[in-house]
Order: sequence, then structure tokens, then C-alpha cells
Amino acid sequence: MLTTADLDALWLTFKVASLATFLLLLIGTPLAWWLARTPSPAKGFINALVSLPLVLPPTVLGFYLLILMGPSGAIGQLTHFLNLGTLSFTFAGLVIASVLYSLPFVVQPLQTAFNSIAEQTLEAAATLRASPISTFFNVVLPISRPGFLTASILGFTHTVGEFGVVLMIGGNIPDKTRVVSVQIYNHVEALEYPQAHWLAGCLLAFSFTVLFILYSVLKTPPQVQQLK
Amino acid sequence: MSKKLSLLSLITFGLVLSTSSVRADSTLVAVASNFTKPMTEIAESFEKATGHSAKLSFGSTGKFVSQIQNGGPFEVLLAADETGPALLEKEGLAVSGTRSVYAIGKLVLWSATAGYVDAEGTVLKTGHFKHLAIADPKLAPYGAAAVDYLKKQGLLDKIQPLMVFGENISQTQQFISTGNAELGFVALAQVIENGKIGSGSGYIIPASEYATIRQGVALLKNGSDNPAAIALLAYLKSAPALAIIQKYGYDLPK
Repeated sequence: MLTTADLDALWLTFKVASLATFLLLLIGTPLAWWLARTPSPAKGFINALVSLPLVLPPTVLGFYLLILMGPSGAIGQLTHFLNLGTLSFTFAGLVIASVLYSLPFVVQPLQTAFNSIAEQTLEAAATLRASPISTFFNVVLPISRPGFLTASILGFTHTVGEFGVVLMIGGNIPDKTRVVSVQIYNHVEALEYPQAHWLAGCLLAFSFTVLFILYSVLKTPPQVQQLK
Repeated sequence: MSKKLSLLSLITFGLVLSTSSVRADSTLVAVASNFTKPMTEIAESFEKATGHSAKLSFGSTGKFVSQIQNGGPFEVLLAADETGPALLEKEGLAVSGTRSVYAIGKLVLWSATAGYVDAEGTVLKTGHFKHLAIADPKLAPYGAAAVDYLKKQGLLDKIQPLMVFGENISQTQQFISTGNAELGFVALAQVIENGKIGSGSGYIIPASEYATIRQGVALLKNGSDNPAAIALLAYLKSAPALAIIQKYGYDLPK
């Protein structure tokens, strides 16, 4: 069965993933909107930057973060200047790393959703004297609901599945940075296969259920209503 | 017909003979992280001396044992403890009678900052550090030794909340060398240069202060027929290999 340490790891993972998803939606929404709408030549550059975690091995991200968050790294010096200490080995550091790591999984579905909203739709809203903010909340958000659902679920599950980065910057501290994936790895290394099986099974069931629900709910792609 | 056949068999025999006498074998070796540096040197000298080659994988003993149990292709295991090889022998995955201790590990309290760790290690009692890195005591013998030492010093309760855990001893050193942890416990072999601590500052923990780290080696089932694996096992006991082991601060088993 699951031990208290396993349950702690599950709870911690849930906290990291929830907080990271919340922050990702907060950052990802304006970013995806900008990427979907801008004619700026910087678009390709930013798009490539956002998508990097899709192709980079987590060890690369983990390595850079470890160096950057360290006392002589840029982030480390900034946090030190702000009297926050260093971010490595902390819950906050883990959340920040997760946000970077899962960024494309949130930005890309949102960008796709925003892309498929026709310009006429927004213009129609504008002719009805809707402010850009009001248009966003009353027109864009409802239309993009499936995109937001996909983005939140992928952001959350991808953060739950994060391993390499956490291993490199987490320091494996119980209740602070020892998330489920690391706990499973420890069980396997300690030859505690029954424990590893329990946790791995939980994660497998969780991931499948979430994806199953997602694919069942989203029978249709985000719908766009053309206005004439 | 018979002439042809005999010629053919002669050629075949010649080919077999030539390949077996010229062919150098290669062996795949799992090496505990703490032994990375000495083993790299030993492998080089082994290749020069025997013509065989050794391919080295580095990682934690626990991970290797678990991989070997699940069909890992390793032929020799140089562990950080005696339990791993013993377990594999019991499970029939290591060739029985090939187990021995090849080195006795030394624990050192180390910091990347020069002058941070004093000659007596009093920094543990007086220092205002935020993080102390050790290898996960459940997985790594050097981590268990560090906990053992802290317990004996009566410092475990004070330091426990400051601990960060490396998955193996190499990662532990990486936490310290990047400055993310101010200090920590690593293997002497990782930081020794020309008989003393190379960079930063360190305190070699007296061997009486923790349970002896006896590092065991075993020939694995996969390598039981490989001349290179068998030769490597013998080579570990040769004078040049022993000299390299000692150069990196290890004691030799008595």
C-alpha cells in the first residue's frame, strides 16, 4: 500500500501542478493571444523560444536552472538581492521550473484556439461597441473554452509527469521537492518494487483517466462561428 | 573433393585461430559513481596492459542492481557497498565465488569555497549554511556514512532540515560545486588531487567516525564467458590498479 511518504509525494505533486497550471494560464493566455494575433517579425523567435521545452532534454533545462539559480547565477543573484535566498531546492523553485517546462503545453493549445477565431468575429464585437477587454471575456473566452480545457489539462499532467528537471534542481527533500516521479525512481533504486508499483499504478491510472476524459469531452475541435 | 574440404577447413581453422589470438574482447562494466575517476584510469591502463577494452557506465549502485535484475547487459559490477553484489550472487545473477572488496571508501566534508570547511569540521556546529548536500542515505553508502557521522556527533537533528539529497554521490558533488549547497559530504576520490583536496575546502572524516564503506566487485552472469570481464576482475588486484585506487584516497582491503 501507499506509505505516508508516498501520500506526501502525491499531495506535493498535486500542489506543484495546480500552482504551475494556474500561473501558466495567467502567463500563457496573453502570450498565446499575442502570438496568435501579432504581425510582429519577433513572432517566430518567441514561438521558437516558447516551444523549446518540447524538444530540449529536461536535463538541459535542469542544468541551466541549477547554474542560473545558484548563488553566482543571474537568477540566484537577483533572488539574493531581493532577500529571497536561492530558489534551488525550494518549492518555489520547483514551481518556476515547472512553468518553464510546461509552457508550450499551455501556450500551443491556446494559440491554436485563438488562431481559429476569425477577425470578423472580433470586428463584429467592436462594431457593437465592445471594448477589447469585454470582447476578450465575452467573445474570445467562451469560443476558446475547449482550448483552455486542453491547455489546463496538458499543463497539469505534464507537470505531474516532470522528472528530469526536478531531479536536477529539487534535491529530493520530503514535503518540499520530492514529487511522485522522483519518489517512484527512489523506490526502484532502493529495490522497493511493491511501493514503486503502487505509485506507478496510481500515476498510470490518473494520466489515462484524465486523457480519456479529455478526448471524450472534446469530440469536436474548437468551433468557430463565421459571421457574415 | 576431400582436398577441397580439407583446404576449406584449414582456412576456417586459420581464420578462427587468427581472430581468437588477435581479437581483443570488450566488457561492459557498471561502476558506482564515487569510483568514476579511478576506474577511468584503471580502464585505460587495463587496455594498454591486456589489449581488452572496458566500457564504463557510471551511476548509483542501487540503480545498477535493479537494472541487472531486469536483464541489464552489464558483465562486471563495481559497487559502492557489499550488499549489492551479495544480493546479485544470492539471486544467481553474479558468478558465485567472484565477489571481493576492491576498495574502502573515505568520506569527506567538502565545500567549493576555499576556507569554508575548517580542518576540524567545526563549520557543521557553527556555520550558518542553508543547505548541506548528502547522497540519499537509502540508496548510497556514502550518504548512509554521512548520516552515521552526524548521528555520532549529535548533529543530525540540527542538520536534518538543511539536507538536500543527491540521487548519487556525483549529483551530490554537483549540488555543492555549483554553490547551490554551501557544503556537503562526498567521496574523497571526487575531490582529491595529488594526495590532497584539490579545490575548495574539505575535512576528511576520521574512519572511526562512521561504518566502514567496503566497496564490493563481482563478475556478473553475463560476463562469465567473456575473457575481458574475467581479465578485468584479475586486473583490479594488480599492482598498477591498486596504485591508482590508493592514489584516489581509498584504503585497500586487508
